[in-house]
Amino acid sequence: MDPYERKIILITGAVLSLFIFSILYARNRNNDLPECLPYNKAYLEPKITRLDEKTYQVYMVAQMWQFQPAQIEVPVGSEVDFFVTSKDVVHGLHINDKDVNMMAIYGNINKTTVKFEKAGIYKITCHEYCGIGHQSMQAEVIVNESSKY
Amino acid sequence: MQISKSLKRLIYWELGIPLTLLTIGIYHGLMQTIYRAGVIHQSSFAHLDYYQGLTLHGVINAVVLTSFFAVAFGHATIAFYFKREPHKWVAWLSFWLMTVGTLMAAWAMLAGKASVLYTFYPPLKAHPLFYLGAALLIVGSWIPLFSWANIYVKWKKENPLVKTPLAVIGTLVNFTIWFVCTLAVAYEVLVLLLPWAMGWKATVNVTLARTLFWFFGHALVYFWLLPAYTMYYTMLPKLAGGKLFSDLAGRISLFLFLLFSVPVGVHHQFSDPSIPRGIKMFQGLLTFGVAIPSFITAFTLAASLEYAGKKRGSKGLLGFFGKLPYLDPNKYLFAYLICGLILFIFGGLTGIVNASGQLNAVVHNTAWLPGHFHMTVAGPVFLSIIGMSLYLYSGIAGKKIFLPRVNVIIPYLWVIGILIFSAGLSWGGLMGEPRRTNLGMSYLNPKNELFTPEWVPTTMLALCGGIIMTFAALLFFIVFFGTMFSKKMQTGSLDLPVSEALHDERQILLFDRFKPWLVIMGILILLAYVPAFYSASNNPGPGAPAFTPDNPVPVQPASQSNIYNQ
Repeated sequence: MDPYERKIILITGAVLSLFIFSILYARNRNNDLPECLPYNKAYLEPKITRLDEKTYQVYMVAQMWQFQPAQIEVPVGSEVDFFVTSKDVVHGLHINDKDVNMMAIYGNINKTTVKFEKAGIYKITCHEYCGIGHQSMQAEVIVNESSKY
Repeated sequence: MQISKSLKRLIYWELGIPLTLLTIGIYHGLMQTIYRAGVIHQSSFAHLDYYQGLTLHGVINAVVLTSFFAVAFGHATIAFYFKREPHKWVAWLSFWLMTVGTLMAAWAMLAGKASVLYTFYPPLKAHPLFYLGAALLIVGSWIPLFSWANIYVKWKKENPLVKTPLAVIGTLVNFTIWFVCTLAVAYEVLVLLLPWAMGWKATVNVTLARTLFWFFGHALVYFWLLPAYTMYYTMLPKLAGGKLFSDLAGRISLFLFLLFSVPVGVHHQFSDPSIPRGIKMFQGLLTFGVAIPSFITAFTLAASLEYAGKKRGSKGLLGFFGKLPYLDPNKYLFAYLICGLILFIFGGLTGIVNASGQLNAVVHNTAWLPGHFHMTVAGPVFLSIIGMSLYLYSGIAGKKIFLPRVNVIIPYLWVIGILIFSAGLSWGGLMGEPRRTNLGMSYLNPKNELFTPEWVPTTMLALCGGIIMTFAALLFFIVFFGTMFSKKMQTGSLDLPVSEALHDERQILLFDRFKPWLVIMGILILLAYVPAFYSASNNPGPGAPAFTPDNPVPVQPASQSNIYNQ
């Protein structure tokens, strides 16, 4: 074997190990992939539940061509569980600046947890083509300074 | 070599049909950048809707063009290396199935009855002919594999001690992957979607359909890429004036593609519900297995180019880059291939981002994604397809290239266009700009309440890139069809550039037979996909009825409307 080839194999091995280590490391430290939940009809009823001061649950229902609830207000520092499903075609749910990225699928429940540490308005955009009104399907999370509460 | 009139005609049609349709595909590519940049704020232009155009763009450019070309290129490599032509009626049967399938799907899309994009995720429903057409196109494209495999087996029996030509391994590996992965999409289309679209079945399991689609969908990417890889290994070194650094490296990486192309599709579903994290992680890690053949290829090709540059008198560590025949009109194929490689560096790097679960959460389904895959499928894949189409056609027909000096700058223009275009999309994607969205109607319309000014510069960049790309494509159409309608200058023949190997290793049996690799491929697929299909079948709740893109109320299935009538 050519000595250069041997070197390149070693470098390849090292780079790949670094990649794989980073993935496993980030997995424990940052947002993980969405959770896999069994189906339950209850999630088809859009609602925002306040569990305590800083903990909220949102049942988010995507449908042609809106999210319900379309506006979610929480105080700074809140941890929000999003349970996402669709009433019709496939929709996407992307919360800007929060790296939340989920597909909303009929008959399926998607779940992730997000912590909002900075006040502001976070746009939720549908990023999967869902028919002629797709380009207007947006909702928002309004994160208020805690003094309001 | 001389080939029969029948094979000549077959190759002409298999190159001519997709390149003619490509004009429609490219037009809609340009239109999307115009809509998205907010130059027009409307849902359709010239009677064609944005999403209808997006469907045409995806299906024609990514499925029709690539499948037709892969088949034509497969016929050419097998005939050229084995000096035996594929079975005549098998080849023509494949051609007619692909053509009829394409026409069916094209009718459904142009009539506006199949604006479901090229991924056709249910429960958006298309016209049944769209599904049937797609199935025929796919089945037609793998039929020649059986004829080629037959020629290969006979040849191998006669020449057990001769290494199988690398290009042949490339073609056979490619179509084996294609055959295996298309079984899943054929099942999706014929068993899940067609009866449902006809109204015979009321609902469909959406997650199962998506999982079946991506079993096919990611391997599809390698089906696009492997003809380009075959050209990189077997032709590029020769065109550069050198030799292939290692023949064995090529074999290893091709066989590794056989292993890793299919059991990685779930990395497209990192954001999906009902598939457990463990399965996503496992397939995510397997995806990095694909990085191995990519690294091998990057090293081997760089070493081959360095050898060629040194032979041409280059000095210093990187001096070889300056000595390659970039603008030689007689070696235009080199220009097409090297430009593809340049784009592929960026395509590969952005791909690593997408394959990483956490980073994918930042970019999934944003404009970053088309930014990435335009540097792969519209990079090495597209450039090698159009370059080789011109090369095969002009060679077989015995015609001179029309406007050779223009021809050789087309790929460079294309690279500039793509880099600007993809920079815009990638940047926008990082700021949440969604893909597959008629932005001009809302987010890029200053009069709309959803107007998002951050996406103005990003979509403008994409528009500039799109215009340059369209200009390059226009020049290519002039060159290709100009060549086609020019006079025959000499007797045509099928000739491919053949690179010699610098390190021509002796025959190693493991890397010259398919069986052991097919077995490992099967095991990996079972390990990765049995749990995925099991979860996708069992975790979801009720199946979904059918919807058309314009109506939130489901289409009444035939069985139910009967109940209402009674």
